[in-house]
Amino acid sequence: MSETTANVSKEEKKRINPQIESLKNVWRKLKTNYLAMAGGILIILFIITAIVGPWLTTLDPNMPNVQARLQGPSSEFWFGTDHHGRDIFTRIVHGMSITLYIGFFSVAIGMVLGVVLGIVAGYYGRRIDAVIMRIMDVLLAFPGILLALGIVAVLGGSINNVIIAISIFSIPVFARIVRGSTLSVRKLEYVDAVRALGASDFRIIFLHILPNILSPIIVQATLHIATAVLTATGLSFLGLGAQPPTPEWGAMLASGRNYMWDHPHIALFPGLAIVLVVLAFNLFGDGVRDTLDPKIKS
Amino acid sequence: MDNTNTIIKVDNLQTSFFTHRGEVKAVDGVHFDVPAGKTLGIVGESGSGKSITSLSIMRLIESPGRIKGGNITFNGEDLLAKTEAEMRSIRGNKISMIFQEPMTSLNPVYTIGDQIAEAYQIHQGLSKKEALQKSLGMLELVGIPSPKARLKAYPHELSGGMRQRAMIAIALACNPQLLIADEPTTALDVTIQAQILRLISGLQKELGMSMLLITHDLGVVAETCDYVAVMYAGKIVEYADVTTLFKQPKHPYTVGLLKSLPRHDIDQDELQVIKGMVPSPDDLPEGCRFAPRCPFAREMCVNSLPDLRDQEEGNQVRCWIHTDEWDGPEVNVKDDYDYGYRTVEGTES
Repeated sequence: MSETTANVSKEEKKRINPQIESLKNVWRKLKTNYLAMAGGILIILFIITAIVGPWLTTLDPNMPNVQARLQGPSSEFWFGTDHHGRDIFTRIVHGMSITLYIGFFSVAIGMVLGVVLGIVAGYYGRRIDAVIMRIMDVLLAFPGILLALGIVAVLGGSINNVIIAISIFSIPVFARIVRGSTLSVRKLEYVDAVRALGASDFRIIFLHILPNILSPIIVQATLHIATAVLTATGLSFLGLGAQPPTPEWGAMLASGRNYMWDHPHIALFPGLAIVLVVLAFNLFGDGVRDTLDPKIKS
Repeated sequence: MDNTNTIIKVDNLQTSFFTHRGEVKAVDGVHFDVPAGKTLGIVGESGSGKSITSLSIMRLIESPGRIKGGNITFNGEDLLAKTEAEMRSIRGNKISMIFQEPMTSLNPVYTIGDQIAEAYQIHQGLSKKEALQKSLGMLELVGIPSPKARLKAYPHELSGGMRQRAMIAIALACNPQLLIADEPTTALDVTIQAQILRLISGLQKELGMSMLLITHDLGVVAETCDYVAVMYAGKIVEYADVTTLFKQPKHPYTVGLLKSLPRHDIDQDELQVIKGMVPSPDDLPEGCRFAPRCPFAREMCVNSLPDLRDQEEGNQVRCWIHTDEWDGPEVNVKDDYDYGYRTVEGTES
């Protein structure tokens, strides 16, 4: 009985879509890259923590506890407590979802807008290209954090405004890469061939060019999440992002700064959390790049 | 030329590229027509404007290129007056194109089936399932073995010949009235070339299409075409039916091309070549464009450009030799080509 099922599944395997096959190939290559796998496993752990963590911690991340102020790490408070007596471990666990939320959403929004602008610029060329890319150049002329700072200063400090700010400074990053890739793909013969088949510009752009430039977009998105997280925590550190008492890591770092010499653990643990998240996305992104784009491996 | 049953008529087509160095006339006053169910071969060297002619018919000339003048009449309708949307409904539907490079003309991320089905989805609004069903029929038609499996194959899984068959299937999916084949066999192995040519001309007769075959290979022309237009530097220099052209070539360029073909019936130590290069389209000679390379060229050839004139044998030739104005000694281009004489200084290339 079990033998027949095994045979059937083997037959099924032969018939599956080669696109899934190629995904399998990517996975096979990625698996041998231990650093990337370490990054990937960390990212999965972070996501699990963000989802189930808040239910597993017993303490309230925002409730002050005057009796337990400024305590060092102990078996009761694993990462110690801050100047309000709040458990730092609980706050870091609760902050995980905020960090990932900002990272994923800001990159997703920036990516969608950047891809559309870049592909349109690259495909139509000439004046449209010139206008779009000059606007992108203006955005790129500001250092990322400075631009985000300016935007948040105008919009006001909140997590959603941080997402908007980071999305805006992410747009040109994606637009540039996508424009370049579009320029090289649109010259290929199969694009001429589908045009000669009567395909509309929309069809050519989204059905024929976009699927062929996904690799650099995926690579850039993964790596850019690290930058987005760093910028978001930076903004909160400067008091422009998440507002107290939100357990946002950048804000925690800022409040720990005043106790740096006597109670370094208050700043140390949020700092370590930021480093770990950024490191995980960078390692994973580098691995994805080496797997998808062996040519740009430098 | 019989105009009663013409599928496409190209009249004084002028396509130029406007670069910072000025206007480059890639196609300059080309006339021809293709009768229903017949094949016209356009022959010429690289840069003679033959591909630009075909792209002009499809209205796929990209900036900085532009169709500057002339008429293209397809089925009695003026193609140059059509809107872009109207052109899209013609492309791939009534006029189809096969490209030179089967290796790069298929999108690597879609299956062969998806890509044939796309023609039906664009032009007939069929669902994916119906379109794939019809695609299967097309793969059978172009003679791809085990078509059902190939439907799900990706381009990289097929050989060059198979990919070109798939390209033909895409082009013929909507049963076009005119097929433009732009050097369809150039990129293929010699052994595959004959198969593909036979397939194309077989299907052309079976489906009753007209065909415009663009090539630099006179052997291909002899095998497949009914009429031939020889292009040189953006102009047609000779137009004839295929028998006349091979038996009675009139233009020195045509003769040169024919003489440069390798022959199997005589022992040849080396191949003949036409000396010199095709003039760059941004720096064309004032008179006959072939004059700098022509062994018969005289002063009149260098100074003024002859018209395309009808000959007794039915050819149309753009050459002073075949006019009353010719001021040189009598020339039989075909026989005298080898020892052509030169009378004008500075015409040697």
